[in-house]
Amino acid sequence: MSRMTAQELVEACLAASTADAQITYVTEHAEANLRWAANSLTTNGAMRSRSVVVISFVDGGAGMAAGSVSRTGTPDVAELVAASERAARDAGPAEDAVPLVAEAPPGAGDWSADPAETSIEVFAEFAPALGQAFGEARDRGELLFGFAEHSMSTTYLGSSTGLRLRTDQPTGRVELNGKSPDFSRSVWSGTSTRDFRNVSVAALAADVEKKMGWSQRRIDLPAGRYETLLPPSAVSDLMIYLYWTMEARDADEGRNVFARAGGGNRIGDRLAELPLTLRSDPAYAGLEAAPFQVVPASSGSASVFDNGLAAPAIDWISDGVLTNLVRPRSWALTQTAPATVAVDNLILEDRSAAVDPAEMVVATERGLLLTTLWYIREVDPQTLLLTGLTRDGVFLVENGEVTGAVNNFRFNESPVDLLGRAVQASRTERTLPREWNDWFTRTAMPMLRVPDFNMSSVSPAS
Amino acid sequence: MPQTRSVDESFLALPLSALTDAALTRAVDLGCEHADIRVERIRTQTISLRDARPEAVTDGEDLGLAVRVVHEGTWGFAAGVVLTAAEAVRLAEEAVVVAKVSAAINTDRVELAPEPVYADATYVSDYEIDPFDVPDADKTGLLAEFSERLLAADGVEHARASCMHVKEQKYYADTTGTRTRQQRVRIHPDLTALTVDRATGSFESMRTLAPPAGRGWEYLTGTGWDWDPELSELPELLREKTKAPSVEAGRYDLVIDPSNLWLTIHESIGHATELDRALGYEAAYAGTSFATPDQLGTLQYGSPLLQITGDRTATHGLSTVGWDDEGVAGQEWDIVKDGVLVGYQVDRNMARLRGLPRSNGCAFADSPGHVPVQRMANVSLRPAPDGPSTDEIIGGVERGIYVVGDKSWSIDMQRYNFQFTGQRFYRIEDGKLAGQLRDVAYQATTTDFWGSMSVVGGPQTYVLGGAFNCGKAQPGQAAPVSHGCPTARFDQVSILNTVQEAGR
Repeated sequence: MSRMTAQELVEACLAASTADAQITYVTEHAEANLRWAANSLTTNGAMRSRSVVVISFVDGGAGMAAGSVSRTGTPDVAELVAASERAARDAGPAEDAVPLVAEAPPGAGDWSADPAETSIEVFAEFAPALGQAFGEARDRGELLFGFAEHSMSTTYLGSSTGLRLRTDQPTGRVELNGKSPDFSRSVWSGTSTRDFRNVSVAALAADVEKKMGWSQRRIDLPAGRYETLLPPSAVSDLMIYLYWTMEARDADEGRNVFARAGGGNRIGDRLAELPLTLRSDPAYAGLEAAPFQVVPASSGSASVFDNGLAAPAIDWISDGVLTNLVRPRSWALTQTAPATVAVDNLILEDRSAAVDPAEMVVATERGLLLTTLWYIREVDPQTLLLTGLTRDGVFLVENGEVTGAVNNFRFNESPVDLLGRAVQASRTERTLPREWNDWFTRTAMPMLRVPDFNMSSVSPAS
Repeated sequence: MPQTRSVDESFLALPLSALTDAALTRAVDLGCEHADIRVERIRTQTISLRDARPEAVTDGEDLGLAVRVVHEGTWGFAAGVVLTAAEAVRLAEEAVVVAKVSAAINTDRVELAPEPVYADATYVSDYEIDPFDVPDADKTGLLAEFSERLLAADGVEHARASCMHVKEQKYYADTTGTRTRQQRVRIHPDLTALTVDRATGSFESMRTLAPPAGRGWEYLTGTGWDWDPELSELPELLREKTKAPSVEAGRYDLVIDPSNLWLTIHESIGHATELDRALGYEAAYAGTSFATPDQLGTLQYGSPLLQITGDRTATHGLSTVGWDDEGVAGQEWDIVKDGVLVGYQVDRNMARLRGLPRSNGCAFADSPGHVPVQRMANVSLRPAPDGPSTDEIIGGVERGIYVVGDKSWSIDMQRYNFQFTGQRFYRIEDGKLAGQLRDVAYQATTTDFWGSMSVVGGPQTYVLGGAFNCGKAQPGQAAPVSHGCPTARFDQVSILNTVQEAGR
């Protein structure tokens, strides 16, 4: 029995449709990973999967309805299409119904080519280098923990309106965590990658070694507001949460931080004093993301009717001013505002920034230099107040130099307020989020200086 | 009622034996000292409505197989989605390759604690109506009706409804001869009412307290939860919350309802007593634990009233199974006894490392594509056998706060410092509820908090709460887990005002 290719499966589903319209996409996914703790492997794996999503559109007279059904492997096409059509008929008219996209977006890949692949061999050079780093850490009396993962997803999307689109998404990440044997000192370094060719275990290990050195002197500080240097990774985790909250409909309905008192949304409001721009760009070098939308299920921020819609570069905040919110076509029609699409990368930059993070440290008289943030959760949607912990390195900077490692803190802060209070940004660099890297890895951020970051209480954790 | 449920014939009809023979034979031929194969089919449906109108109905099925081996003392794992003998052989070979690549960085030799062989065993969870047998239109219709009830009330501007239900079928076989077949059903309905004050731009929401449960569609129609009173009360409770005064920060005696306390147990005890965390396996991600193995039998976790058990056996529990993903049968054991740490949640390799005679069955994966790791049992607080009712506990508090429903949660990587909010907070004055409060969060350190527990409610206050989305491991895995608890009292806990925390 020869297995159908992804493209054949898309065509077969479209051919089997008895609905008014259909979108089908098949994602071929391959991934490999290594995980280690205390200078030794813990788990690993090589996984392959294929998911098939059929979305049928049926007009029962009262308006177009949609039904989305997904299966893994090579499912029975007739059964799958029938299940999707039955789901559409059962669902009732969709509020987000608009005509399906018929115009191919720019930037889609080669429909006829085979899917991209990866395997455990992607670590052929990485694993021995990591083994060497384990040995060096052991010699220093330190332990290394962490995770490396590489995945390749190829999505083939076809529609009854004639779209045949393909996109490849490589995703990779490495996290390296160093600890003393009693776990009392703990530091972190990490990076995102498309192919592991740019990953240097030696550079990550050197960063960990440097920060372990900084941690030799321990300084206890109480809760309070501190001048704080948020490095790119910490900024990325806060900005990702902000980005996930940028739903136009919620704002227009008065139910998120971007709602305007008296009605409407806050587009046009100045959020940052610095000329900060928060944007997404599917073509950003090193952070390339899908140039069109792939949506399995509708929500306030995406619609199944928008599958295949171009996802161009967009500014969310432009020179400090809120410029766009995420708005599917259907909601755009009700608001006479432009449709916008969330892209799977995020960049924050101050184009006038003239310093690097290291130079910001040197220019600090007394302040806290963070490493990463952890367990970030929403406390109050009204202000987008978030709580969370500092993790793996809070360093005290005095007269431009790191003088020791401080205890961790629980913070309570809103990323919207932080944008307003940031007084300096570094040049932007590619970074790996800590909290959200299971879902979001493609970010480039500056370091931010905040004069009064709210450290709400001390955490004894290390 | 006689047990009539069985594993669906369509799952048993998969070529389970042929896949097993192919994979395990190949793994043994390649020199593996242990091999197991898992075939899983997980059906998931999520229905969501926005203002009583359908937003999305998604129906997914994840069917796949995985082979895990121990080869020369190193784990190897490979997973795929093609259910053929040839693919099973390929996965066995790939798992061995993964073990060989990984051997370069492995220094701990994997050995599994012994477990009896279960040659032909079946488990089906306790539910009445398979949610996938109910027509979509009926399910959406009921959620729309629930939503309409909320929207019809004064002051409710928006309503959200969602229901996620899962049917999980799992086959496991290993080289010792164990062969298990399991089917579990779970459901998570959720309704939220929202009010907006356009003039001030403020908004407030309140969610139903119905916990996710190991039940079927009957949970929506009166079995295990009474929806009518909750849906009729919610709008007025929400209105009262919007008019409530902002809390004055400080220390208060808290009476915590099971609808909130389950999550505090999950975060500050459930995760802290996972042995893989205590040993550092999760150190770079989910974190470690202050409750280290050297303190087993001596660590004063809380007041002498604190009795915590782990189990994979509670009826309707989300972590309840017949056998885990290493073929270990579900059990119940003590984790904290009279306030002292006495046990952990473990898998077979860790059980052997710790010199335990047997694993307590806490290894599982969230899908066929992921490797089993040590995950959470149902971790529950025992009620006091003759303990007081919630009203009686409130009656004993002079100045305090009664906390109902979970909302925001966050805890540090060693499980010391936590902060929680809730759905509703009531002022307690002289033993009586005196209206709701706004902007409340409670913050504490784990051992201080459990040490301050001064009253434990009776069995009449006990509720099994839980979540579908407990996160752990890299690659990330989501697991369902339940936590039962009574109402309990905690003395002089720190309360924050979240508006002040935002610097307003």
